[in-house]
Parts: sequence; C-alpha cells; structure tokens
Amino acid sequence: MSAGGTGFRDLRSDFPLLAASPELVYLDSAATSQKPRAVLNAIREYYATANANPHRGAYKLSGAATDAYHGARREIARFLGAADPDTLIFTRGTTESMNLLATAWGLTHVHRGDRVVVTRLEHHANFVTWQQLARAVGAEFRICELTPDGQVDLDQLRLLVTANTRVVAFGHVSNALGTINDVREIVRIAHAIGAVAFCDGAQGAPHLRVGFEQLGVDAYAFSGHKMLGPMGIGGVIVRRRILDAMHPYQFGGDMIEFVFDGDSTWNVLPHKFEAGTPNVEGAVGLAAAVRYLDALGMDAVRAHEVTLTRYAMEQLATIEGLHLFGPASAEARSGVVSFTLGDIHPHDLSTMLDVDGICVRAGHHCAQPLMRALHVTSTVRASFYVYNTAEDVDALVASLRKAQVRFHAHVG
Amino acid sequence: MSAELDDLYQSIILDHNRRPRNFRVMDDASAHAEGKNPLCGDQLTIWLKLEDDQISDVSFQGSGCAISKASASLMTAAIKGKSRGEAEQLFTKFHGVVTGVHPEDAESLGSLKALGGVSRFPLRVKCASLAWHAMHAALTQDDAVDAPVSTE
Repeated sequence: MSAGGTGFRDLRSDFPLLAASPELVYLDSAATSQKPRAVLNAIREYYATANANPHRGAYKLSGAATDAYHGARREIARFLGAADPDTLIFTRGTTESMNLLATAWGLTHVHRGDRVVVTRLEHHANFVTWQQLARAVGAEFRICELTPDGQVDLDQLRLLVTANTRVVAFGHVSNALGTINDVREIVRIAHAIGAVAFCDGAQGAPHLRVGFEQLGVDAYAFSGHKMLGPMGIGGVIVRRRILDAMHPYQFGGDMIEFVFDGDSTWNVLPHKFEAGTPNVEGAVGLAAAVRYLDALGMDAVRAHEVTLTRYAMEQLATIEGLHLFGPASAEARSGVVSFTLGDIHPHDLSTMLDVDGICVRAGHHCAQPLMRALHVTSTVRASFYVYNTAEDVDALVASLRKAQVRFHAHVG
Repeated sequence: MSAELDDLYQSIILDHNRRPRNFRVMDDASAHAEGKNPLCGDQLTIWLKLEDDQISDVSFQGSGCAISKASASLMTAAIKGKSRGEAEQLFTKFHGVVTGVHPEDAESLGSLKALGGVSRFPLRVKCASLAWHAMHAALTQDDAVDAPVSTE
C-alpha cells in the first residue's frame, strides 16, 4: 500500500517540524498534533499586523484585534457545525472546558441525592471533574461499563440513567482505545429522563465531522492543539439556555457589565464566560487550523484515517504475542491502535521505538479507570493523523519486531 | 541493532527482568517502603531486615519495566550484608552513574554497572532509581510512617 492509496498527497512538507526531520515517525497525534505552516504564519501575521487588546480600545488597531478574535470564533463555530457562534466559549482546552461545566453549571444544578453518570472510557479530564463534583455536592457518581470490545454498553447506560440523573458526561472518541461512541443514542438516553448530555470532543473534533446541532449534545468541548492548532486554546459549545442559567466561571475584566460597590452584573455571551485578556493568537491559530482541515475535507480526513488504521490493525495482527485493545473494526475507531506486546513493558517498548525515531505514547493515557478494567497498568498507543502514511505503519511494525527479538534473544 | 540499546538492555538486565532475585514478600522485615511511579503505573515494595546496623536480608516485589525491575533485583543482591551507611553511599554512587554525572564511578559498581547505559536515556533514570529511593525511604523512615515514595 502506498501513501497515495489513502487519497492524500504527502502532507509532511506542510508541517515544518516533520519536514525538518524526514526520518521522524510521529505517531502520537492523540496527545498533540503537529502544526502546519499556515497556523504558524497566522499567529505571526496577527502579531505583525493586528495586535492590541481586543474590546478595550476605541482605536482602530484594537478593533482589528477584536475582529480577528471574533472572526476566528465564527470560523471555528462553523467548522464544528454550531449555528450560534456566541455560544462557543474559548478556554485553554478540553480540561478547562469540563471544569467550567462542572463548576459553573454543576455546582448549581447537581444536588445531594442526584446522580452523575460517566463511562469507563473517560479521560481523567472528564472523569475526575465529575467524580469530584459528585463528592462536593453529595451526588451519586456512576460509571457505565464497556462491552468486551471496548464500546460503551448502551444497555447498561439505559439502566444507569435514572430519573434522578442530572448529567451524562462522555467522550465522543476514546483517547486510549479510539472507540467512537454512539453520541446520538447516548444523548437520546440522557434526554429521555431530562438529563443534560455533555460531550468531551477532544478526540472527536480533530478526526470527525462534528455537526454540533445534529449530534444534539448540550455541550461539546474541544482542544485546539489536537486539531493542528496551537496549545493553550480550545473551547466548549453550549446550548444558550444552559449558558444563560449558568453563573460565571471566573471573574475579572471583559466578563462584567457594571460593577457596583456591592454587586456586579454580567456581560452578554460569550464574554460572560471569558474573563481577562483573551488568547487571540490561539484563536487566530486555531481558525487557520480549521481552514486547513476544511481544505482537506473532514470526510477525506476520516477516510484517510480509516484506511491507515485498517492497515495498521492488519499488520499488527501478524506480530505474535501482540494484544490489540478496543473495537475489532477500523470503522468503529478513530486513528488509534492501543496494544501490548507479550511481556515487554510498554515503557521499554517505547524506548526501543524511540531509538528508531518512532514517537508513540506508553502509559495509562490519563485513563487509569479504563486501564484497571483492562487489567493492565499501561499500553502502547500509536495514533494517526493527516500527515501519517502507510510507510509510518511499516516502520512501527518493523521496529516492534526488532524489539521482540532483542527482548527474547536472551531467553534460556 | 542500535549500540545504545545494546548498552541499555544488556543481557544481565534482561535476565534480572525475567528472573528477578530476592523477589518475595518478607514477613519478618524490620522496615519496608513502597516506591511508585504514577506516570508508568509502576510500583514496588522493598523489605529490609536490619540487625544492628547491618542489612541482613532484603527483598522486593512489584511490577514495572525491565529497567526498574532489574535495578531492584541487582540492588537487593548488592546491599545484602552491607551497613546502612554503605547502602546509602552505594545509592549516591549509583545515582551519579545513571544520571551521567560521574561515569567514572561505573567500574566500582560491580554488576550494577550494567545499568550505566541508562545515562544515555534521561527519561529512564527514574525507572532505574525507583527501588533505590524506596530502599532509602525504608532505611530512614520510621516504619510506622507508610507514605510511598514517588519518582514523579
């Protein structure tokens, strides 16, 4: 299989870091993606031509910064299929987005005796936040288990989501296994009893056409740096009626309307939830990233990843002693393969792959509750994105075979 | 095959990983401590039997990568019969070698010098030193205090 077989030209030349290191095999995009030149240029261009503090100045340059910031918001909202850009709140990323929801919505909407439901697949950002909210207010915290091939057990979820359930918090795509969840069905289950459905889209937005309105979720959180954008920017799209019923998350400049000696009133959306000087360079960089993804086409991005993932699964299956976790079909997962190899510890494997220039993640993937359920302390995870090719998969497989020989040459 | 990997995963390391020595729970230990590396999920427990100032027996158990397990296994062999002070001195010397600060000390480490290859992999120093930090904690902690040490 050639790189061309996946329908993309080789995109490495668009990514300065990859172009500068032709030998590097970067297979850790689920942790963070590499950045295309267009994103780096957009950030530089913003500082070179439009930098000022938005919303504050009555001079033209401040207006340019304000336009850049809200123009970016509109582009990102459109990319994610949100009809109302003012309901897209910029944050530092998914972690801050989930904390915003758990704090600003959770503390006033979840009470003693209520129930909070998450799934066994969750990243700590969407697990610990709700676990700690439940502890703080005296609510019940329940975890929906998985089917044997790593999918959320929807039958169990239907039983867990009882009348006292206030929120179902779940990932669009598992960062550790790549499992793509049936978002619409989970939303149906939550809404059937009047609970809200909050979706952690950190691993969804980079790889799938999101369509916020069609998914039906009440909130969708994402991280810019996993979708070709810079670090430190992300956001959450939330239904307007939910935002209107929420207290501010942080206080300060920009988010106020009037400040009296005894109390204050709040600015309109989205400002009410964006205290302080905003991350304009991040927003502008992320807007450039979604333009890049749009130009490729999210359907083509998805097709490329399915092709690569299927090829990787076929190749990995030829390695004796390799145990692959997660869904059996490439169509049921995003571009993630998570595995162990015999009795070789994932950290030893990772070091050996690194010497061959292959970057993979070894560890618990910020999903310790999932690792416990899989009866492992860690796995090796290789994750693919637009710039990866079949040759990268071949390099991974060859290096794994070498590692196996090294570790077992001395048996006896 | 890469020379730096040959250096890191020497046959003695792979052998101690596969067949760790003194790999058992010690029921009559006079001190013990747990070492944890939360990032890897690795954890091991070190047990020491002290007679006066001397470490008369030492054992460990736990799970971890080849480097952390081999280091623990080699350590138990190296400190058995040593005094507290000698064990602590050995830790200091060992640490200097695996961090690459004092490579010249490698030759005096005996079979522990097999772990010298770790100095070329800075991310793995914490694996090599996990058991040693636990040993140090067991020697210095009041046994009633049971706080695990962490290399993260």
